[in-house]
Amino acid sequence: MTARTVLQSSDITRALTRISHEILESNHGGSDLVILGIPTRGAVLAERIASILDSIEPGSGQVGTLDVTMYRDDLGRNPTRTPRPTRIPSGGIDGKTVVLVDDVLYSGRTIRAALDALGDLGRPRAVRLAVLVDRGHRELPIRADFVGKNLPSSAAERVNVRVREVDGEEHVSIETPSPSEGQAR
Amino acid sequence: MRHLLSTRDLTRDDAIGILDVAEDMADVASRSVPKLPTLRGRTVVNLFFEDSTRTRISFEAAAKRLSADVINFAAKGSSVSKGESLKDTAQTLAAMGVDAVVMRHPASGAPNVLASSDWVDAGVINAGDGTHEHPTQALLDAFTIRRRLHGDASRGKDLDGTSVTIVGDILHSRVARSNVWLLATLGARVHLVAPGTLMPVAIDGWPATTGHDLDEAIDAAPDVVMMLRIQAERMQDAFFPNAREYSRQWGLDDERLARLGAGSIVMHPGPMNRGLEISANAADSPRSTVREQVANGVSVRMAVLYLLLASDREALLK
Repeated sequence: MTARTVLQSSDITRALTRISHEILESNHGGSDLVILGIPTRGAVLAERIASILDSIEPGSGQVGTLDVTMYRDDLGRNPTRTPRPTRIPSGGIDGKTVVLVDDVLYSGRTIRAALDALGDLGRPRAVRLAVLVDRGHRELPIRADFVGKNLPSSAAERVNVRVREVDGEEHVSIETPSPSEGQAR
Repeated sequence: MRHLLSTRDLTRDDAIGILDVAEDMADVASRSVPKLPTLRGRTVVNLFFEDSTRTRISFEAAAKRLSADVINFAAKGSSVSKGESLKDTAQTLAAMGVDAVVMRHPASGAPNVLASSDWVDAGVINAGDGTHEHPTQALLDAFTIRRRLHGDASRGKDLDGTSVTIVGDILHSRVARSNVWLLATLGARVHLVAPGTLMPVAIDGWPATTGHDLDEAIDAAPDVVMMLRIQAERMQDAFFPNAREYSRQWGLDDERLARLGAGSIVMHPGPMNRGLEISANAADSPRSTVREQVANGVSVRMAVLYLLLASDREALLK
């Protein structure tokens, strides 16, 4: 197996800073913004984006987590997944612009599940999607509004996002397994 | 997890895992749409050979909140009263294609018979079998205790060092049996108090201490006092002279309630015999968790149904 690093820690920080500015630009400021990260690593990235937003426009970084486990369409094909907590900021999401944050955008099925989950929590004015890495291979008509890096990959490759808070190290790498090895994510 | 038959089979990690999922399920109840699509297309049958109000309704609510289809089956008014065997009933259900069977039966071990048979390959959840076990009740009791102790920070926590005194009809109580095993697994210290006639004879090996004096147990300031229902329907003999005598010696009356420590809680699995094992003041006091237990029951049963049904059952069978 060969792994090569495509984003260093500093690249990740720069990408998140740019995404934060783009979010504020497209929203015409920081009002009524709710940043919701999809556990595990999306939640970490959402926290970081929220703190950057708060440093640019104080008070704009309302942040929470949105667990999508119970809405996945592949539960019956996998071993039991443990759900993670969903935490919505006290103001709720009704009438707000919700920015979903995930680490990797691939098939789009996680985001489909997230949209369903949001629908049960309230009615946002708009929903946007920010991802650190877009690796292509969509199976649903879903696209990201804010992308850290477009990373064309083959389905056999594996994209790993590592963040300090969860993994103790920080980088994005792409692994090309030898033919005998298993499935990509 | 394939079946949930007994709390004795659960490891500490299993039990904490179920309670943590139940925390997430409890959050669902407070949302604008308190329903999840997770078990869409799955069928859960409530197979009740014995009367029940809250357990059956609780399982039904839990299954419906997860979008499963629910079939309710009560032995009264079914072919069981015409003499149909458990095997035939189970095979009828299997032919209809059910994914989980929630079973209550007056015979101890009946759910184990169903689970170990090849009559139906659905997951079996024991909803109370005779005087054996009632695992979801114990799980919801543990969940309730954990929430009272740790509040919103409950996730991942066990019950290390918590003292729980279970009082009353231990002999006939499946709730007590399931609780003894589960609470001990989670690290609690369990003490059983009952009249000699209502204490099982063979309790060597139970992870609990025993006594006959409720006043002594209350003076030991337990964190939790769990009162059990006097199960008149299972009592063919005279186990105590009369109700007033029982109430005076082993009932949680107002005077004993007042002597409980400041942070301690009063639990009862329901249905309550007010004035017999528990006074009305004790049942309605802020220490009482009776209504929380009912609400938490739905969350815990959602967690159990999720863990049993949402994953790849083919893989579990291998």
